[in-house]
Formats: sequence, C-alpha cells, structure tokens
Amino acid sequence: MTPVLSVKDMTVRFSTPEGPVSAVNGVSFDILKGECVGIVGESGSGKSQTFMAVMGLLASNGKATGSAKFKGDELVGMKRDKLNTIRGSKMTMIFQDPMTSLTPHLKISRQLTEVLVLHKGMSERDARAKALIMLDRVKIPDAKRRLDQYPHEFSGGMRQRVMIAMALICEPELLIADEPSTALDVTVQAQILELMQELRAQGNMSIVMITHDLGVVAGLCNRVMVMYAGEFCETASVDEIFHDPQHPYTRGLVGSIPRLDKPGEERLTAIRGQPPNLQHLPKGCTFQERCDYVFDRCIAERPKLLAFAEGRGKSCHLKGFDAKGEVLR
Amino acid sequence: MSAEPILSVKDLKVHFPVRGGLLGTSRSLKAVDGVSFDVFPSETLGIVGESGSGKSTIGRAVLQLIKPTAGRVAWLGKNIAGHSRGQMKPYRREMQIVFQDPLASLNPRMTAGDIIAEPLDTFEPGLSAAERKKRVQEIMAKVGLLPQMINRYPHEFSGGQNQRIGIARAMILKPKLIVADEPVSSLDVSIRAQIINLLADLQKEMGVALIFISHDLAVVRHVSHRVLVLYLGKVMELAKADILLSRPRHPYTQALLSAAPIPDPAVERGKKRLLIEGDLPSPLNPPSGCVFRTRCPIAQAKCAREVPALEARAGAADHVVACHFPS
Repeated sequence: MTPVLSVKDMTVRFSTPEGPVSAVNGVSFDILKGECVGIVGESGSGKSQTFMAVMGLLASNGKATGSAKFKGDELVGMKRDKLNTIRGSKMTMIFQDPMTSLTPHLKISRQLTEVLVLHKGMSERDARAKALIMLDRVKIPDAKRRLDQYPHEFSGGMRQRVMIAMALICEPELLIADEPSTALDVTVQAQILELMQELRAQGNMSIVMITHDLGVVAGLCNRVMVMYAGEFCETASVDEIFHDPQHPYTRGLVGSIPRLDKPGEERLTAIRGQPPNLQHLPKGCTFQERCDYVFDRCIAERPKLLAFAEGRGKSCHLKGFDAKGEVLR
Repeated sequence: MSAEPILSVKDLKVHFPVRGGLLGTSRSLKAVDGVSFDVFPSETLGIVGESGSGKSTIGRAVLQLIKPTAGRVAWLGKNIAGHSRGQMKPYRREMQIVFQDPLASLNPRMTAGDIIAEPLDTFEPGLSAAERKKRVQEIMAKVGLLPQMINRYPHEFSGGQNQRIGIARAMILKPKLIVADEPVSSLDVSIRAQIINLLADLQKEMGVALIFISHDLAVVRHVSHRVLVLYLGKVMELAKADILLSRPRHPYTQALLSAAPIPDPAVERGKKRLLIEGDLPSPLNPPSGCVFRTRCPIAQAKCAREVPALEARAGAADHVVACHFPS
C-alpha cells in the first residue's frame, strides 16, 4: 500500500542574522492511510516545522530540502498553483490559535464555502448547504444562524470547531493538527479531543497530531514519533511509548508528567539541563548533555534512527532498557 | 498543620468597573466574588481554575497588588486589605510572588545578580558588597544556578533558568509566603518537572507556604496539600488534594478531573468522559444562583434561584463544597 505521505531525508534550515538554524535535520517517515500519528516534542524540536515544510508554509527565510511525497506527488519544490490543488483540499492543516487563523472581517459562511467553490467548483448554494452540514458535524449548536456570523462572535472553542470544519469540508485524506487544543481551557480541550476521536473513528482519513502533551496523544493516536532537536529519537506504537520507552529522552518525558490517577507524593523524574542550541548542535548525539547513560560513542557519533523491533525505531547507541527500567549496554 | 493560619482571606471581592455600551453605562466585572480561604505555615494551597475564573486576581489581591473591593485579608491576624504601597512595605519581606512569564517579569537591563539582590537592597540596604554577593550566590546555588552566572543578563538564560532567577528573587529574604502564579505554564515539559521539584525542595528546606495558581489540575495536585477549585470568581470546592481527586463532590470538579487527559493509553481509551458543554459564561453577566448551573449536568430549578453556600454539607469538616446537590 502506498503511504498517504512519504517523507525522505527532509531538512529545514532558517537563515537568521545570527547564522543558519537547523530546525529539522534529515527526517524520514511514512503516514499510512487511516492511521493517527502523534508527533511529540518540546518547543524548538522541529515538530511543527516538519509539517509546515510539507505544506509549503515555511516562513520566507526557511528552506526545505529532501523529499515529501503526497500519494506519489513530490511536494518539495512544487509550483504554488499545483500545490494549491492539494493543500487545503486533499491535505489540510489546523493550527493552535483559532483566532489568528480565521479572517476577522469575513463571515464564517464565506470562509467555509470558499474552498468548495475554488477547489471543487461547487455553486455558492450547494457549498452553503455543505457548510451547514459540516458545522453540524463539528457540533456547533444553532448552525444555521451561526453560519452568517463573524469570527469574533464565536468563543475560542467554537472557533476551533469552525477551523476543524474548514479543514474537513473538502474531505481531505490527511489532516495535520498542530496543537489544536493547547490554547483552550481544559473542559473545552476535552470537547475538541472528543470530536477528533469521533472524526478518526468515522472515516479513513489519516491524522497527524502535533503536540507537546503526551496526555493528548494517549487517547487519540495509534503510533507516536518523538522528536528532539530536529530529529526523531523514537518511534513506536502508543502503548510501547508509554509502557516500554527505549530512548532515554522518551523515558524522561514520560516520567516528568505529574499524573492525576496516581498518588502525588513521588518526585517527578526531571530531565536535567535544557535542549541544545540549534545553531551549534554537537557532533554526536543531540541529547548527550542531558542523558544519564552517555558514553564515549555518544560524543563521537550521532546515532541514526534504526529499526530494532517490529514497527519500532530509536536513535540511541544504548542497547535499550529492560522491563524493570535497567539500562542494557 | 498548625492551628493558626498565616493568611486568612474572608469574603474577598474584586470588582472591576467596565465602561461601555451606547449610553456609557458602567457595569462591574466580578473577577473575584466572595472568596474565603486560609493558608497555614509551610503548606501549599493550590488554586485551580480555567481562564477568567479569577485565580490570578486572587493572588494579586492577597498581596495588595490589586486593591480588593471588599473583604478581609488577614496576615498573621492583621487586616491588610486596602493597605497603600507604603503601608504594605513591611509585609513585602514576608510575602513574595513568582510570575508565569519568566522573561517578561525580569528587567532585561539588569544582571541576574542585581535582579536577585533587589529585595536585599530594599530591606537590608546596609549590606556590604561582599556580603550582598555572598547572599546572592548562596540562593543561586539553592535554586540550581551556577554562581558564576551572576553577571549575566536575562536574555542569556533559557526560560527555565529565568524562572529559577524569579524564584531566587522571591526566596532571598526567606519569606513566609510565596504566591506562584502559573510558574511552570510557559515552560516545556522536561523543564517544568525541574521547577516543580525545585519548589517542593525549597518548601521542605525553608518552610515557606505557597499559593500555587495553575489551570493544570495534574500539576496542582502534584504540588499541593489542599486544593481550591475556582469557577467564575467563586470557590466551588476546597479539600485536601488526595480527597479532592479521589472523592470530588462538586460536578465542576468532577468534570475538570474527567477532562484532563491521562498519559496512559489504556486508561484514556477506557475512560468515559464526563463532558460539560459550552464555554465559560462572561463574568460581566454571570448566571443567577449557582454560577456553574448553565453547564452543570445535574442543575435543577433551585440552582437558578439560590446561590449555594460553601459548606461541608454532611461531609468531613475540611472538605467544603458549593453545590445544592453534591455527590
């Protein structure tokens, strides 16, 4: 089966007055039909920029190299006109901040129907009918009246629903959601995640969920890719990531989240130090300065992401960790 | 916990006048509306709420950075509500604050050493230069900053390190109370754990009481002895942290708990979410009766008529809930 999205050796570099910054350093991965993949990383790990590059949405000082194929079509370097027939209709993206992603002076109806008229050549009337169905589907109450309102008349959670409706209206094959619930309050975040879960169950659309929050990934995704300093450090099924993480960074991440369902006395296992400066990445492993198990090979040689079990990969020179959490060298 | 609270807040109200409308009528936004709680020595009281619940306003009103509209804020038995800047000065030594955005709360033109020493310069101006430097480097070591970083500027530090500078500044006079207003919300997950552990260690070592304000229930539960749940400027429930989590009585607390994602796929997949609908109502026009009733799954006619008092309601005396029909 051909993957929906196939990325090979992608790098993203930004030129800044202080010199070039390597945001993404040669990542390769496939997104298969119907799967929901979580991309987890901290700020600056390159999780968003990887997919901004896929969508052709990098800032003007950014440059992507390598390959990103959407169902066989090369996206890197594709002409804007051609790219616009894919993004926004077959492959869509929703962002963290629903306020700045909607045009404030246009009614919701216009923003929803524009894609249909443009991409699918629908009549205004049919497009409006479809828009109404979509608002219902993302559970906006009183959709008929809401359709002719402006973005400022919607609350934060409702705006994010409108964004999701916009992203889904052309029935995309791939939905990229970049921290869609981060800017929202907890109770509203739960509503949006519930909606995402329903969407996932309904169709055969593939979903990429970009987030810093492992909790969000736990209930929604079937596969997780953990990013650190512009590279994937571990990829595995969602259960393996939480119950048998094999990269020291993933282990640190899982241990550093306070849990509501466990007594709160125990100390969090913090990862010491801070992420490396992307302008001066070390020669060896990018995690070496924060790793408790570092040895000479880590300093000399950057580990590659290698498969070590069925559907699992890690970029680490260690053999791994046993079930008790003891390191294997 | 000793019997005498260091801080006792009674019926605290903070209303902001809002002008607007066609006739220029003035309405009031009730950011905090009748909140009461105590803070005991060396304890952490967590305040959890969504945006607009008034949690930050409470923190600032306790320190008189915002003047309360009504109510009593007693520090070691003395009412300080409405105190002027000058009147507050002797209390500032004992009550400090740590802010959410570490970079924005530090003066970019001052070195880390000067920022941390500012409270010393105010309260112990006679200190010799050598003594001042020694005190600064002592506290830097305590919060996990290298003493040789004393002459660096905030932009040379990372977010987590800047938050350590903010904590060092708050700690240097060994206060009795620190208000920590979302101290880890702007930090990455791995750094967040460092700061949470640091606050816990400092509390153990120095015996400082903390008011820990956050929207993140898991973080609040982890650091707090007792937790206060806030909604639209009112206390919904207040109890010991473990009790609140294991036996929440207010439907809003139950919804908050159910909404927070658990980092465990098996738990998440098996979970039946107790979703509450809609968004927070505007604090300019709060619902009558119980402020939560518009989103409450068990609201009845009585809830629209009567404001529920915060009481034990046939439960343990230290577990109070503002609901007519608590579970």
